[in-house]
Amino acid sequence: MDQELLLWVRGTGLQIATAVFVLGMSYRVLHLLLLGRKPSLAVARGSEWAGGLRTMWQRSFMLPSLSGRGLFTVIAGYVFHVGFLITLFFLSQHIDLFRAVFGFGWPALPRGVIDIAAVLAIGAMVALLVHRFIDPVKRLLSGFEDFLTWTLSFLPLLTGFMLLRNIGFEYLTLLTLHIASVELLMVVAPFTKLAHMFTTFMARWYNGAVNGFKGINA
Amino acid sequence: MSTSLQRGITTLLAQIDAPVATFFSTCVHCGLCAESCLFYTETQDPKYTPIHKLEPMRRLWQQEYTFWGKLLKKVGLSKPVTDEELAEWEPLVYDSCTLCGRCSLACPVGNDITYMVRKMREGMVASGHAPEGLKGATQRAIEQGSPMGVNLKTLKAQIKHAEKETGLTVPLDVEGADYMMVLSSAEVADYPEIISAVTRIFKQADVSWTLASDGFEGTNSGIQIGSSDLAADILGRIVHAAERLKVKYVISPECGHAYTALRWEGPNLIGRPYPFQVIHIIELLDELRSSERLKTDSVDETRMTFHDPCQMVRRGGVIEQPRNLLKQVAPNFVEMPDAGVQNWCCGGGGGVSANHRAERLRIKVFSRKKSQLEAVDAKLLVTSCSNCRTMLLDGLELNRMDVEVIGLTELIADHLTDNAEGKAS
Repeated sequence: MDQELLLWVRGTGLQIATAVFVLGMSYRVLHLLLLGRKPSLAVARGSEWAGGLRTMWQRSFMLPSLSGRGLFTVIAGYVFHVGFLITLFFLSQHIDLFRAVFGFGWPALPRGVIDIAAVLAIGAMVALLVHRFIDPVKRLLSGFEDFLTWTLSFLPLLTGFMLLRNIGFEYLTLLTLHIASVELLMVVAPFTKLAHMFTTFMARWYNGAVNGFKGINA
Repeated sequence: MSTSLQRGITTLLAQIDAPVATFFSTCVHCGLCAESCLFYTETQDPKYTPIHKLEPMRRLWQQEYTFWGKLLKKVGLSKPVTDEELAEWEPLVYDSCTLCGRCSLACPVGNDITYMVRKMREGMVASGHAPEGLKGATQRAIEQGSPMGVNLKTLKAQIKHAEKETGLTVPLDVEGADYMMVLSSAEVADYPEIISAVTRIFKQADVSWTLASDGFEGTNSGIQIGSSDLAADILGRIVHAAERLKVKYVISPECGHAYTALRWEGPNLIGRPYPFQVIHIIELLDELRSSERLKTDSVDETRMTFHDPCQMVRRGGVIEQPRNLLKQVAPNFVEMPDAGVQNWCCGGGGGVSANHRAERLRIKVFSRKKSQLEAVDAKLLVTSCSNCRTMLLDGLELNRMDVEVIGLTELIADHLTDNAEGKAS
């Protein structure tokens, strides 16, 4: 039974999840783009594209002067995102999977580095969750979706780490759980705020384009 | 559902374009925008978190533009936007937002929150939920031509005064002039020195210019209250006057929202490009300086600093020009912390100054400007927006701070090279 389930999540399950992710995300992005916006009739002082592209890039590296709560959000946010991306793209097993599908890959990072990245990402996520409960601003802004997406992003990290470290369950069960949690994340992502993995760059472009148009380098 | 609520919701939905939908889709509820807003930093009240000010509009977007939202609405599980809610949100959208644009620079996912608040106001006005003070100002602008009730008679009296003071002629309705100067209500009413200042500067620099009797008022309450129709009406007078006088340029006054209205929103409001160009007075003065047409021969040694008006600098892109001008006449010019595009608002932009209900909050959040000023210990505060100027004077007085405030154009005019005529006595 366990093996059958594993075969399903590695086969049909993964295919369904990939299809929903790709089609769902494409629909979401296209739907947003097609809403369109009116081009400005004012005389431009600078370039929309230059401003848009600049903001797409620069907004990833902001460390504004912030108070304690803001600084915590920024630092924990960086640690989570960087840790998550390192485990996703530089674990040898993940690269092998990618190579099996697309025919090419890239060098993996040593397991020790992956372990540290995963632990830091998990720690940052827990800290951010606690902060979401205790910080008045975040508490006001939070709703069901915030906790749903937190859970769905947390499970792949947690099960992946348990899998590498042989914690809790036997290997095949953990592998099944890990793949299934990733599939759940892929299926839900296009229809929640997790879509920000792509739409962030659109949002930044629109924001930067207005500034670029006005000749503001910000 | 009341007719006005229906109108408000229809208007709000019409405001949702690709950027707005993208911004709402992308927000991860991190709360970082709170840190950038002086209404939050100075009160620590979470309700002033910028993105929270858009909550009714966000729900409308969710209910009409997302899969889950539509589904929940269909089965009756979503919370509809009501009149009571919009009434509750009115102070958040108007009293605690000056459209200063600081949050739009702080959002890590790139949301232009100010762009959305400006659009949210369109729905608020349509549903009848705009502050009385701002409604009154807009009504006066439509009916009398000026939110402060300034009329042609007032302007003519100020012109007469300036002519007497400078010994020069202030051109009015001169067809074929290169530049048409627009003023703000506050300038005509409270700071008429500006008329003498530009008259003397333009005389020295040999600029062909004029004022227009039917288009001298640049303050645009329509933009502030969020009614594009009324904004277009108010702006239309300037466009009409400029076309009648066949000028090449219209000069935006030292007034932030007038600049936004004239320079960036104007052609979109009237639905066509202008047959003239718009230039901010500070941009023009800096051009005259760099082409050596504007010459000064003295300096002011006072330790002074510059307050960047949000709409001219962060939202307008006139950033280096005021500094170039200051360097010429102010050897002891110092920058405040966060100067330039990250400067903090005076607290009274975006219609807040016309909204009496907002006064207490505005005065409270002046603490940010106070600490910025204390950090540089300046004796003179220069700015280039008459609304900022009034707000700054008010805040300084209430905080018993010994700092003078002056408009940049006047400061420059005070140090013009004496070319025999036009020197103020």
